[in-house]
Amino acid sequence: MAEQYAIEMLNITKRFPGIIANDNITLQLKKGEIHALLGENGAGKSTLMSVLFGLYQAEEGIIKKDGVQVDIKDPNDANALGIGMVHQHFKLVDCFSVLDNIILGVEPTKNGFLQKKEARKKIVDLSNRYGLMVDPDAIVEDITVGMQQRTEILKMLYRDSEILIFDEPTAVLTPQEIHELMKIMKNLAKEGKSILFISHKLQEIMEVSDRCTVLRKGKYVGTVNTNETTMEQLSAMMVGRNVNFHVEKEEKEAGEVILEVKDISVASKTKGKDAVNHVSFNVRAGEIVCIAGIDGNGQTELVYGITGLEPLSNGSLIYKGEDITKQSIRYRSVHGMSHIPEDRHKHGLVLDYSLEYNLVLQRYFESQFTTKYGFLKRKEIREYSDGLIEEHDIRSGQGSITVARSMSGGNQQKAIIAREIDRDPDLLIAVQPTRGVDVGAIEAIHKQLIEQRDQGKAVLLVSLELDEVMDVPDRILVMFEGEIVGELDPKKTTQEELGLYMAGAKKDEVKSV
Amino acid sequence: MKSKKNWLRNDSVQALLCSLICVCIGIIIGYLVLLAIDPSGAGQAITAILKNWMNSSMANLRLKNLGSTLVNTAPLLLCSLSVLFAYKVGLFNIGASGQYCAGMTVALYAALAWHMNWVICMILAILAGAVVGAISGALKAYRNVSEVISGIMLNWIILYIANMVLSNVKESTSTYTLKMAQNAPQAILPTLGIDKLFNNFQYATIAIPLAIIVAILIWILLEKTKLGYELKATGLNKNAAKYAGMKENQNIILTMAISGALAGLAAACLYLTGITQWSTGTTSVPGMGFNGIAAAFLGGLSPIGSIISSYFIQHITLGGTSINLSVYPSQVADLMSAIIIYLCGFVAFFKLMLNKWLDKRESKGGK
Repeated sequence: MAEQYAIEMLNITKRFPGIIANDNITLQLKKGEIHALLGENGAGKSTLMSVLFGLYQAEEGIIKKDGVQVDIKDPNDANALGIGMVHQHFKLVDCFSVLDNIILGVEPTKNGFLQKKEARKKIVDLSNRYGLMVDPDAIVEDITVGMQQRTEILKMLYRDSEILIFDEPTAVLTPQEIHELMKIMKNLAKEGKSILFISHKLQEIMEVSDRCTVLRKGKYVGTVNTNETTMEQLSAMMVGRNVNFHVEKEEKEAGEVILEVKDISVASKTKGKDAVNHVSFNVRAGEIVCIAGIDGNGQTELVYGITGLEPLSNGSLIYKGEDITKQSIRYRSVHGMSHIPEDRHKHGLVLDYSLEYNLVLQRYFESQFTTKYGFLKRKEIREYSDGLIEEHDIRSGQGSITVARSMSGGNQQKAIIAREIDRDPDLLIAVQPTRGVDVGAIEAIHKQLIEQRDQGKAVLLVSLELDEVMDVPDRILVMFEGEIVGELDPKKTTQEELGLYMAGAKKDEVKSV
Repeated sequence: MKSKKNWLRNDSVQALLCSLICVCIGIIIGYLVLLAIDPSGAGQAITAILKNWMNSSMANLRLKNLGSTLVNTAPLLLCSLSVLFAYKVGLFNIGASGQYCAGMTVALYAALAWHMNWVICMILAILAGAVVGAISGALKAYRNVSEVISGIMLNWIILYIANMVLSNVKESTSTYTLKMAQNAPQAILPTLGIDKLFNNFQYATIAIPLAIIVAILIWILLEKTKLGYELKATGLNKNAAKYAGMKENQNIILTMAISGALAGLAAACLYLTGITQWSTGTTSVPGMGFNGIAAAFLGGLSPIGSIISSYFIQHITLGGTSINLSVYPSQVADLMSAIIIYLCGFVAFFKLMLNKWLDKRESKGGK
């Protein structure tokens, strides 16, 4: 008898204007296996999953479930076939309890009244069976990101999904939570669920998956058994060349102080107290200082305060010897402060503008791009944009005139980095610059940051990725609950020590720092 | 094949095509309504609406009616520019009517009570509209009050102020404001010989070319200048605009002020021709501003498109008055334009269908 496949996607082709997102791709998911789908950003992973989930219709190719051809027209069809998906961005109602979120859409009712009792029982059973440890009565906005994700998983299980799709599930988790998730996934597979695991993090794929299918630029590269391959082989398949994992950088003596942060506080948007609480540090020319910490410990607000997006509620900023506490964003920007923002869709790009317009977003007003009568120099903008696109290998459907929205996340990020670095900054603030970016691009971004440092620029890096925190910077500052709780030397510290600081465990001991 | 694809994929071509589809469906439904009322004269009536000024048997009258259509087109075009400009910056200026009303009040009062000449009247009207627009803008920028809400409320406030103020310059025997020709000839817009083109239709003034020039200027402002770049960026993504150091609050106020100024100018371009008088007994906000919304959307939110759509709407509206009014209500034309506007909401849908069809053809061609 032939191999039992839970889902087969055979020769799927999906086109978008100017691009073939999926070119004759075949993916076969065995029953009870964890199957990783690996590829760079824009390789077509999300498109392929959207086809499976009924969000897009493939032009060619067929989908089979348990050997029978099926037609998936919309997510309801997918749900009916037992396909469930945990999206990268959770789809939960924040002010509802876990229980309410799980039953949302399939509420058990009797004469129009909710029957939560049975639902609760089923949820508790499922939670125990798979070791999910979720409190059904907790309100979603109060629980950790990891627990929210487990709520999403329970949502799928509650709907009796057999095929579980995890879309980049580890992107938002702490190292400990990632470890937990891996365990849960293995449990689920053991209980007979089939799992599709979308990722570009090789380590996780090696650790958790049985087989791995690799896509590159919309094409099928191959499927390998994970225990017969290596990370190097996988990354070569994904990127099409060998990737250097180790970040190479030479010793460099730091120069004068570029940015001095003096006792600053920034109010929180959501909570009553300050998100940044009396923080002081400095960044010198020719060094990379990294603010490490678990997401939501005030890093975002700290950067808002330094760049001027939010006012300071206390303290002052000295930039190149000048007090800029009260200066405008534009003032800071034209005086050599570059900012690669955390949220590229919210701050970094005007998504409905063309790529060229986005590339001059920080300098459209300069005489290079605007005449003295206030007219844009379209020709110069185009030339500049074409130059940057070429130099930084920004890929898009139609070059300079591509609408930013239609570009892949990785290339959007490349565009922002190109724009910010090309301004020749004195201080480069990079917030999670490699977030949602593939391995090949991460390597390039790290190289660019180090290049800036070697050119004598001050670099302030905010990162949630442990590897990045360990490899890239010259100094690490750990932030916890709005305070800097420790300064570490990346050459001397370990991931474990860093993890303890990030979790706030060492806070009391290091108060004196 | 390749060049054909590019041609149909072009955004402006698609916008034009979709607007035309809307127009056709609107006309068909208008025709069906006429058929339902009285089939015998429906064909004649729909032709009358569509032909408007071309309907007259005499060449002189045709020119005069064309002139009349154009005189009404100018303020509509300016109102649609007002709406469009705000919309490009992410604001919905439903207060255009109130700003228009404010412009009208100031223009008429300056002309009839203070006997100012037309240049000053027009400038005052522009300023009045700008101030009213800026109020909405400031409320939005600093207090996050929706410009839709403040716009609608201001519409009514301005309407009653208009009635109150203009009561001082109304005819003693009616509710209408004094006739411009007799009481304020100095404030009537110059014709510069334009009236000669329309068989001495004295209301055809510089307002007509002025409106077209303003449309072109707005297009240039939006597409070619630094200010347009900033304003559109603010409209599309306020956060990114702030990140890039633009003063987003200032931009919002500036946008609403420019938008209001256009509406104020619109009023000056109609009332300073003397073609119509304002009734101080009016109890509803003038429709010109609302029709501007329609014209802006039908024109595909392009200033140049607005020129055509504004003309078209006035064309069928005035055409509606020339049908057999004993059988058909003249509102049939309004109905048609309303349906057309309503269908404009489906422009995105038509575009989607068009693109799907193109995709299909291409994938077939590719094989």
